[in-house]
Amino acid sequence: MTNMAEDLKALELNVQASSVQGGAPSAEDRRRTDRKRSPREQKKRTANYVIYGVLVVLVVALMVPFIWMLSSSLKENNQVLTVPIQWVPKEFVWSNYADIWTRIPMMGYLQNSLYLAVVITCLQVLTGSLAAYGFSKVRFPGRDVLFLCYIGTIAVPWQAYMVPQYIMMQQLGLTNSFNALILLQAFGAFGVFLMRQYYMTIPDELCEAARIDGLSEYGIWARVILPLSKPALASLALLTFVNTWNDYMGPFIYLTSNRLWTVQLGLRSFVGQFDAEYAMIMTGSVISVIPILIIFLIGQRYFIQGIATSGMKG
Amino acid sequence: MTTETITPTPAPALSRGNRKQARRNTLIGWTFILPNFLGFLAFTLIPVLAAFALSFMEWTSFSAPKWVGLANFQRMFASDSFWIALRNTVVYALGHVPLTMALALILAMLLNRKLKGIGFFRVAIFFPYITSLVAVAVVWNMLFSPDTGPINQFLHAVGIAEAPGWTSSSDWALPAVIITSVWRDMGYYMVLYLAGLQAIPTELYEAAEVDGASAWQRFWNVTIPSLRPTTFFVVVMLTVSSFKVFDLIVVMTNGGPGRSTTVLSQLIYQEGIGEGKFGYSSAISLVLFIIVLTITVLQFKIQQRRER
Repeated sequence: MTNMAEDLKALELNVQASSVQGGAPSAEDRRRTDRKRSPREQKKRTANYVIYGVLVVLVVALMVPFIWMLSSSLKENNQVLTVPIQWVPKEFVWSNYADIWTRIPMMGYLQNSLYLAVVITCLQVLTGSLAAYGFSKVRFPGRDVLFLCYIGTIAVPWQAYMVPQYIMMQQLGLTNSFNALILLQAFGAFGVFLMRQYYMTIPDELCEAARIDGLSEYGIWARVILPLSKPALASLALLTFVNTWNDYMGPFIYLTSNRLWTVQLGLRSFVGQFDAEYAMIMTGSVISVIPILIIFLIGQRYFIQGIATSGMKG
Repeated sequence: MTTETITPTPAPALSRGNRKQARRNTLIGWTFILPNFLGFLAFTLIPVLAAFALSFMEWTSFSAPKWVGLANFQRMFASDSFWIALRNTVVYALGHVPLTMALALILAMLLNRKLKGIGFFRVAIFFPYITSLVAVAVVWNMLFSPDTGPINQFLHAVGIAEAPGWTSSSDWALPAVIITSVWRDMGYYMVLYLAGLQAIPTELYEAAEVDGASAWQRFWNVTIPSLRPTTFFVVVMLTVSSFKVFDLIVVMTNGGPGRSTTVLSQLIYQEGIGEGKFGYSSAISLVLFIIVLTITVLQFKIQQRRER
């Protein structure tokens, strides 16, 4: 067991975009500013500038697809694939963003995606955190074997059992309904695994103390563990939400009627039908990314923590 | 998946020999697990076990299931679409795993320092990973346009006259998919590496510096060995995800041109859900699972040998 809590703290502090931790000059630096800088420090400063240069070039290069997506969404169709490339549209065609709602039922798609993502996320977080408590804080025979079953299925590629799942859903008469996707995605092993990883870092003494104070196990879960695990809950919620929002295969297999389609399916079919409407396709892409961008910017700390937690030893 | 076996947590103190208490605990434990377990059992565990059984049956949308032993596997090994899909999947993995790993490590090394605004760079590099896949595929398809796409214009500008046809050429379609997937995934693995780097005690570096180790030696003798558990995790995750690749290919090339980018998981989908050959497609999925499992176990063994 590494000092996960501390690692995560460190990570959290480092990942925050604020410069409180980051490159603010240290007290020592400040004391030295009136004196001459030692050659070593000079070297360090130069190195920092070089690193900055490298990072800026790198990030711009990696962001090119996004920049291009945004710029294309504000062009006429015939201006998108031009030689030479126009990075900035000659004139901004804002009407794309007004027209897309009438060209395809974008609003309906967005609502469907949102509904699925919210329901699946709530169920996953609730059942995952309950199960993780059972797996980490209550001792009973067969517990670890059961948990191994969970871990084992994480290793099985989803494609390996999608056909039996599909047959099941057909038998239950749930194909072409949201319920199929909710049932299939709300009880994932990953959520339980992630929450258990976090609960293992919460000292058992806390639960003990609460037991002595006469709290029931459910009380401990609700009043001791849940408040302490807010970061982990946020991580799991965000990861689940984004995965569901971006999921293509699930809806592709189970949702056949257009009125149930998610943003991903709607966008894909639009590309299939009007493959020369480059600008409109890019507009749709931008709109499909915006909700994720907002959620990510609000909770980026938790995203990164959640991923780091899943990679930690337990 | 973790690199350690699961260690049981210390038990809540039971009053010794109190059977009733133990039974109560079992009951309480199960009530916590039950809501999730029911869903997990019905929609994950049972389908997984069913997939194994189905592999040895003949079952289509039009006929009742019957036991046929290894017939599905014989048919599979005799069909060239299986071998083509397997080859494409392996090629994809061989490109995707090392490239993503190397870039993620380089990025993590670059970003593992205290500078103003470093958080912004990390967040920016991570963002592609959570962008919707359809948007990613569509944008890259346009970037890869053979004649007027930005990528080929750039290649022409740096003096490559014969730029590849990318997604329209059967030789270059798979590399195009690999480039896209590396771009998309590296931010995620960079975060894992960052967590690993930040767990390395600074004393190790200080000690190495005192011993007069160069930066390169420090990297080679401190960083790389300390990152072993992280690397193991990253390699396993990457390999498993490479063999599962599905949606990116469906959206970007749909297996074409010809069959040049058809992968195993697509074959499972086409045969099973597309054509209703439940038994045959389950047999393919069993092969996929065995490959993934073998690779994971092998990596595990290598990892354990190293740690001794």
